[in-house]
Amino acid sequence: MNWWPLIGVLVVAIGFVLRLNALLVVVAAGFATGIAAGMDVFEILAATGDGFLNNRFLMIFVLTLPVIGLLERNGLREQAERWVLGLRGLSTGRLLIAYQALRQSAAAISLTHLGGHPQTVRPLLAPMAEATATRTHGMLPDSVRERLRAMCAATDNVGLFFGEDVFVAFGAVLLAQAFLAQNGIAVEPLAIALWALPTAIAALLIHGARLSRLDHRMTAEIERLRAAGAAR
Amino acid sequence: MSSAALLPVTALTPVYVLIGLFLLAAAWHAGRDGNHPRRWSSALFWGLLALLFLIGDALPSVVVGAVIVALAVIAGAGGVGRGARSERGADERAAQAARLGNRLFLPVLAIPLVTVVGVIASKLMLVDGKPLLSGQQATLLALSLGCVCALLAACRATRESPARAVDAGRSLLEAIGWAALLPLVLAVLGGLFASAGVGESIASLVASVVPTDNRLACVLAYCLGMAAFTMVMGNAFAAFPVITGGVGLPLLVGVHHAEPASMVAIGMLAGYCGTLMTPMAANFNIVPAALLELRDANAVIKAQIPTALLLLAANVAIMEWVVFRHAG
Repeated sequence: MNWWPLIGVLVVAIGFVLRLNALLVVVAAGFATGIAAGMDVFEILAATGDGFLNNRFLMIFVLTLPVIGLLERNGLREQAERWVLGLRGLSTGRLLIAYQALRQSAAAISLTHLGGHPQTVRPLLAPMAEATATRTHGMLPDSVRERLRAMCAATDNVGLFFGEDVFVAFGAVLLAQAFLAQNGIAVEPLAIALWALPTAIAALLIHGARLSRLDHRMTAEIERLRAAGAAR
Repeated sequence: MSSAALLPVTALTPVYVLIGLFLLAAAWHAGRDGNHPRRWSSALFWGLLALLFLIGDALPSVVVGAVIVALAVIAGAGGVGRGARSERGADERAAQAARLGNRLFLPVLAIPLVTVVGVIASKLMLVDGKPLLSGQQATLLALSLGCVCALLAACRATRESPARAVDAGRSLLEAIGWAALLPLVLAVLGGLFASAGVGESIASLVASVVPTDNRLACVLAYCLGMAAFTMVMGNAFAAFPVITGGVGLPLLVGVHHAEPASMVAIGMLAGYCGTLMTPMAANFNIVPAALLELRDANAVIKAQIPTALLLLAANVAIMEWVVFRHAG
């Protein structure tokens, strides 16, 4: 049993706990792992370079930024607020539940790009959630606003993750099927995708239940903050 | 030597060139911004990164690796700052919203629309009966095309210039800062972990502590192993072969006769619960916190932990209930 490869995991864990610059921590962890695996500095640099070039597509999200930035300059977030306030009686919790249901169903039929943090969460969902919350609760304290925004991002992630696996041709399904085939077990991709359904439903119920309590929790938090402010 | 040999051209070259040009524009703006708090180091950071996108394929891997180290050092020394904002005042934005109305939504919708149409169209482009582009290449090219179309539509709707759009995008990129590079560097680390055998160490660790004759203990080991190793790697795809090969197949299928298709489906989703709880999945958890301008970089993870833990428990229950349905 060789424990040395795990040293990189340790470096990452310590770095994140000490809140050091994550970019630096991750590069350092790469060196620690490489040295533990018996690579020399040039081999580690070459592996880092190759890995970078092969994964460059991960930066593609920056191409959405000019579009979103220009539209935000011209009132996209304000228009999102105006639009959502036209829907009378829509609570923040219900808005997010509807978003999750839409995001998850779209992902399940392979429309994973119908949503995302730069495209929809920042310019549309977050301003809508803040507008509906402000309508109910008045000006939001910073901590409440911060947590609401984080919940918008969380809802996008949950909807995407537990929707996309239901689609037969999704990468995870094909990866799982190919892996089983390598190990001499033949299964249909459809059989794998089908068994993602119970978890998809559980995700809708569990996260939806948390969202349905969101308005209640914001009320409680704001009252607590007001009481603390009044006591001072 | 022809220039094609110097700079290898692949299907994704246009995507990389677009990203590189945008990053170059960010470097240029930072270098020209006299009030930029980290003027030259920011320009150097975005400029070096742009170079890797534009001519990275022509450089030796060692040089690319050395540039990554330099970028991490610049970021670690606090060298990446935020320059002039491109935003307008709140009153002006509200006036524009009132004037332009729902027309503002169309360019946003154009991104997924063009992407989907492009992906479908690419399936029709066959060479010798095989698709010209792989699924991933098609998606990335279509997404880039979607962004370009959306940019033109946005310029048309707002009557502003593409140069203005690039500046607005640069302003958003600077709001994200060095965290924009984090998903990529984490993917590199995942590769190094894999080649050093981190997965095998973890799988044998898990297998050595589990009472193999206890069925529920094996289900727990597989699901929790997937979640935990996904948290380490930041990616369920990387954890899947290791934990399924080290725990799932030998213990659940081998010893307890679990049905493989449902086991791998639910195992993968148990891994996704781990993705919700780790800063290593930076593109889902850390970049959005920067995009939403949250003070706490881990705020999105904190919002997700209750959902992730409950859903992990649900996956254990579903697996225990489903995978042994044919076993004696």
